[in-house]
Amino acid sequence: MVSEKDVTYVADLAHLDLTADERDRMLRDLNSILGYIERLNQLDTANVEPMAQVASRYSKARDGDGLGYAMRADELRPSLPHDEAMRNAPQTDGTFFKVPKVIER
Amino acid sequence: MSGLETMTVESARTAVLEKQVTANTLVDEFYKKIEAEDPAIGAYLTLCKERAQQQAKRVDRLADKGDPLPPLAGVPVAIKDVLTTKGVRTTAGSKILDNFIAPYDATAVARLEAAGAIVLGKTNCDEFAMGSSNENSGFHPVKNPRNLSRVPGGSSGGSAAVVAAGTAVASLGSDTGGSIRQPGAFCGVVGLKPTYGRVSRYGLIAFASSLDHVGPLGKTVNDVALLLQHMAGRDPMDSTSADLPVPDFAAHIGEPISGLRIGIPREYFGAGLDPEVRAAVESGVQELARAGCEILDISLPHTGYAIPTYYIIATAEASSNLARFDGVRYGLRDRDAKTLAEMYRKTRDAGFGTEVKRRIMLGTYALSAGYYDAYYLKAQKVRSLLASDFDEAFAKVDAIVTPTTPTPAFKLGEKADDPLAMYLADIYTVTANLVGVPGITVPCGKSKEGLPIGLQILAKHFDEVTVLKTAHVVEHALNITFD
Repeated sequence: MVSEKDVTYVADLAHLDLTADERDRMLRDLNSILGYIERLNQLDTANVEPMAQVASRYSKARDGDGLGYAMRADELRPSLPHDEAMRNAPQTDGTFFKVPKVIER
Repeated sequence: MSGLETMTVESARTAVLEKQVTANTLVDEFYKKIEAEDPAIGAYLTLCKERAQQQAKRVDRLADKGDPLPPLAGVPVAIKDVLTTKGVRTTAGSKILDNFIAPYDATAVARLEAAGAIVLGKTNCDEFAMGSSNENSGFHPVKNPRNLSRVPGGSSGGSAAVVAAGTAVASLGSDTGGSIRQPGAFCGVVGLKPTYGRVSRYGLIAFASSLDHVGPLGKTVNDVALLLQHMAGRDPMDSTSADLPVPDFAAHIGEPISGLRIGIPREYFGAGLDPEVRAAVESGVQELARAGCEILDISLPHTGYAIPTYYIIATAEASSNLARFDGVRYGLRDRDAKTLAEMYRKTRDAGFGTEVKRRIMLGTYALSAGYYDAYYLKAQKVRSLLASDFDEAFAKVDAIVTPTTPTPAFKLGEKADDPLAMYLADIYTVTANLVGVPGITVPCGKSKEGLPIGLQILAKHFDEVTVLKTAHVVEHALNITFD
């Protein structure tokens, strides 16, 4: 069971404040969803490999040569020009993104 | 101009090619129709008229010179607003990106335009593609053009609705747990989720990267095949895009399918399946038998574990992907916060809707210290079991046929307060995302109330050809039409 304290802790990790109403609702919804998820424990997975990606399971598994998933060469190439990257910035000095003060003097 | 409702990718191109209409006029006619009819549906978030008119001019100039026209020349399409479009507002259905102008094009969009297609605008969707009804849009819900009291499905509800309403010839959606196929079924159109890796995800605003797919929606199987054709293939900008040859998909449509082994998984026909949906899907299966397919009863034994597995993996990945929305580099920012941490929290609190916050919370919880093994690792292991179910099934059959959804489109508001009930709307579609196999929805009937019903066809990784030619047989034999 998720407790009110868990909701506060997880909201903090996720950088969310949440209103009091939202916290109540979150507590109820998370417990309902996690209750449903409990059914995964009916399965014995002691000897099962985790699958993180379609590519990681199938790139080696079939026919020796897999399904054609491959990384590109690690080479330098042009990236988004600076001015275009900055165009959507909520606050900028023209060179950098500006944010509220992080360190108090 | 009449006939926009029935216009297909091929008939649009032919009309431009044979100079029955200029691309420019065609675009104008679509905008007139959108302005007259879309306000009642709410499928578009942004129209990009200037961009569409420029592209139409390019096509018309080629046609005037008598130059060969590209394969999708003049075909008006709509793009789900989770795909970036350079210089055009791209919101992902979220207030946090309300004013975001994308600095580059998604590969799928760029490739369609390179093939001559014309982007009319961006379609509404559930916020960050999280939802099954489109009611989670940060802007406004979309209504089902077949019945305005019903949801269009989600999350690509806008993209399915524009095809059903004829306010675009075809569209692009994204599918993380059924978000192309479920709205396709609800709106009575064809929707294809290709194999994981068939279409580049570059420029797709990430929800759950290991489950996200880009794919087409259209009026016909042939239309989605043509759109897939011109998006598919290796893209160096997406390390998970596969380096495999792309077959000529449309060329296989109409081929005989006699001898094809079709598996009917019994777990997809159990409790919770609406009797009208069952009957419609069975009528489709009968047509496949008549076409000479061998129909086999099969089992996918872990099916009942797919939704819980999906909601751990999808939310865990989402909690990480959505960390980037912090008010620093783009999108909304809270202006009053005194510290950086407060700015993050206030920005995210104001910018994200309830469902997005719920999923971020669930995913963060599942990844947090002490719970990682119990939830995230456990779900990844069950994902392997689900993949093994499909590997074993595909050793015996060439394709699997199921309902796309357990019920026809539900009413607006009906499931809005019960997240778990909403999640179960995706019960037949999520597994294809976890495993990565291709899947299509094709209309196979109507309920007594006239609501569309979809039949889903799944096949082996990268075997979209079997999916498409089997779907075409169902489409051709049943010939479902809507008023």
